[in-house]
Amino acid sequence: MDNSLDSSHSASFWRKYVFSIDHKWIGIQYGITGLLFLLFGFCLMLLMRWQLAYPERPLPFFGAWFGELRMPEGVMLPEFYNQLGAMHGTIMIFLGVVPLAVGAFGNYFVPLQIGAPDMAFPRLNMASYWAYFLGGVTMLISFFVPGGAANSGWTSYPPLAVIATTGQTLWLFGMIFLITSSLLGSINFIVTIFQLRAPGMTLMRMPFFVWTQLTTAFLLLLAFPALEVAAILQLMDRLADTSFFMPSGLVVSGEIQDYSGGGSVLLYQHLFWFLAHPEVYVLILPAMGIITEIIANNTRKPIGGYKPMVYALVFLGFMSFVVWAHHMFLTGMGTAISSFFQATTMIISIPSIVILAALMLTLWGGSIRFNVPMLFALAFLPMFGIGGLTGLPLGLSTADIHLHDTYYVIGHFHYVVAPGTLFALFSGIYYWFPKVTGRKMNEFLGHLHFWPTFISMNIIFMPMLIQGLAGMSRRLWDGGLTYADTTPEGVLTGGILTAGIIGLHKVISMGAWTMALFQIPFIFNFFWSIWWGKKVTSDNPWEATTLEWAAPSPPPHGNFATVPVTYRGPYEYSVPDAERDFSPQFQETI
Amino acid sequence: MNLMNLLPLPELASAHGYKIDFIIYVVHGLMFALFVGWALFILYVLFRFHRRRHPKASYHGIHTHWSTGLEVFIAIFEVALLVGLSIPFWSSHVDAAPNRTDTVELRVVGEQFAWNVHYPGADGVFGKTDIIHIDQQSNPLGIDPNDPHGKDDITSPNLHLPIGRPAYIHLTSKDVIHCFSLPVMRVKQDVIPGMSIPVWFTPTKTGEFEIACAQLCGLGHYKMRAGLIIHSDEDFQSWLDEQAAASAVEYDDFFN
Repeated sequence: MDNSLDSSHSASFWRKYVFSIDHKWIGIQYGITGLLFLLFGFCLMLLMRWQLAYPERPLPFFGAWFGELRMPEGVMLPEFYNQLGAMHGTIMIFLGVVPLAVGAFGNYFVPLQIGAPDMAFPRLNMASYWAYFLGGVTMLISFFVPGGAANSGWTSYPPLAVIATTGQTLWLFGMIFLITSSLLGSINFIVTIFQLRAPGMTLMRMPFFVWTQLTTAFLLLLAFPALEVAAILQLMDRLADTSFFMPSGLVVSGEIQDYSGGGSVLLYQHLFWFLAHPEVYVLILPAMGIITEIIANNTRKPIGGYKPMVYALVFLGFMSFVVWAHHMFLTGMGTAISSFFQATTMIISIPSIVILAALMLTLWGGSIRFNVPMLFALAFLPMFGIGGLTGLPLGLSTADIHLHDTYYVIGHFHYVVAPGTLFALFSGIYYWFPKVTGRKMNEFLGHLHFWPTFISMNIIFMPMLIQGLAGMSRRLWDGGLTYADTTPEGVLTGGILTAGIIGLHKVISMGAWTMALFQIPFIFNFFWSIWWGKKVTSDNPWEATTLEWAAPSPPPHGNFATVPVTYRGPYEYSVPDAERDFSPQFQETI
Repeated sequence: MNLMNLLPLPELASAHGYKIDFIIYVVHGLMFALFVGWALFILYVLFRFHRRRHPKASYHGIHTHWSTGLEVFIAIFEVALLVGLSIPFWSSHVDAAPNRTDTVELRVVGEQFAWNVHYPGADGVFGKTDIIHIDQQSNPLGIDPNDPHGKDDITSPNLHLPIGRPAYIHLTSKDVIHCFSLPVMRVKQDVIPGMSIPVWFTPTKTGEFEIACAQLCGLGHYKMRAGLIIHSDEDFQSWLDEQAAASAVEYDDFFN
């Protein structure tokens, strides 16, 4: 590690900006790449929203860009719709949110918050970013192979995914790169947090954000191998004619399939969800960490129950490994197994409520500052609340019979990830921007970003819950027109979807396009502020308490001029008899 | 006002369905109460402890056991939901198969992008099936022409059932995973190739309803819809007779 730090002074352009081994630059690389993928994944969804609101109507202006194979004369084919659906999910989760929450925020701020000069393994860190980058490129290339990108949903269930077009093979290769990246990263986080803490930084003095990153790293390390195995086995089924997931006797379109058979379709689902449920917590835990920092800072008081929150967090991480089959209630599950997974699912809701309640109670007695990071953090609370609450009926196998695979599920997990995690990520960007760049983002543009985004998020996702209760299935290219209660002549009667329920698609799409429009102030603000934002006069502009604010803004290679010493817990705000309303961890006197 | 109409659930036409609806209502009642409670708390706190009104924060914050109390209440409520409603229902739903003497027993086989309904016919025994006999047009189920039990079997693209008698359906798929969804019956079950999974329910309303596919199964997933027709007992019998006559003719044409 020593030579990596020393050589930085005379580092070449490539070493400094491309194959950097500085955790902060790697964090920025992750951040920029992740934000670009987030925007790209969002655009895929905007295209789908046109088709859902106006099925089979040509898309104005942009329709001609996509060619005969995707949108002949501007009308989206089911082939393209299914690609967009699968890739929206894949990109948002594996290339957008996780790289931002863990790769960007984790990489940049974990070493700073524990007073370390860098990550424990800087070269591994670089390898992690580049594996992620290759995974992203592979996913992008897959749009241009014959048959287009993967089109079997982000879950890629066999046999459908095994008999799918070439794009699925690239999806699997892409996933293997992304999983490798996460595994390299997670080992690095664990070692860094256990080995590189500054003097005085005991585990129970670590900021809650670091705790969430530590838990997340364990989840990634222990859960991702299951998906890596599943991806490789599926790849073998596709390329080497094995039958790990292919049962005997398949007949597709009247043709008997040439698989030796004997494989298990459900084995894949178990492997997939063994990763993908902990993955949900990979998406949400760092978000909880970010908003904890911001809520403590802007209420000017300690968070309400640091220890219970840490215990709840560790318990949550552990429990997240034993709830996966609640995604599979309808695969033909007996009473014993379904009772077990219902019970674990109900149990895991309790630590989530403990953390959420602690954050809400923190507000009581505070002196609340309403700056832009705080607005996003406050909005997180009720929005994540809806996301968590709507998980309850899905976690009870009985209620799940009606709600499984409907728009209710889409509404539920988007409330968790979109106005939940994404708001926390926005909050973190506004909050830590001065540390990374030495300049603040513009407050007015921040408000212009926050309020319309907050409102349109709800216009998008609330109607989905209604559509789901009414029984509208997911992943329908025509937005459910086939199931309308008033169908054209010659079509079956007895549909359950009223014109009102189907018409909600238009409301949702308008909401989505409005939201897209109001991301422009953010994008402009982000780039404008890098060069022309208001310069901060102090290294600690928010008057915060954690160690990253002891470093210069932006921190140089190696982070701290002298090794910081930690004297107290992370959220000592408004300490009685203290001179100021914040007592940083790094200052001996209160 | 009828509280049971607040949520936009589809029409209900099965004997067990009210239990599912009931639990959906109870859970949403809890969710609504918690959300409104939290939202009011947050709004009040944000007003009262705004920096303008409360310039100096309190180090100790709130001293209350309310939150612990609330967490215990939620835990007890969840246990009650689980033990009182969801698990007993699930147990009766998957373990307590109806007495097979009075049931209408049939098979439903999913394929991209259609449903094939297979009735055993007058002898009450399904003909043997094998994939080598499959012909997309004339014999989509691959019924063995040499099996005498298959001779009276009826196949239909739509599901016809009588009112008031339990339907016992064996579900399987020829190609990929589908999901057999009867929204008005509150029945939904994945249809998995290589497995045969039973479902049962008792229709309580006559009329025309639908079978939907609820699992992404390929390009035509959105249109994988078939009819679900619930007849009176007599109508169902006459429909069966009609089909038997028609299929006997077809069977002879095809195999002889």
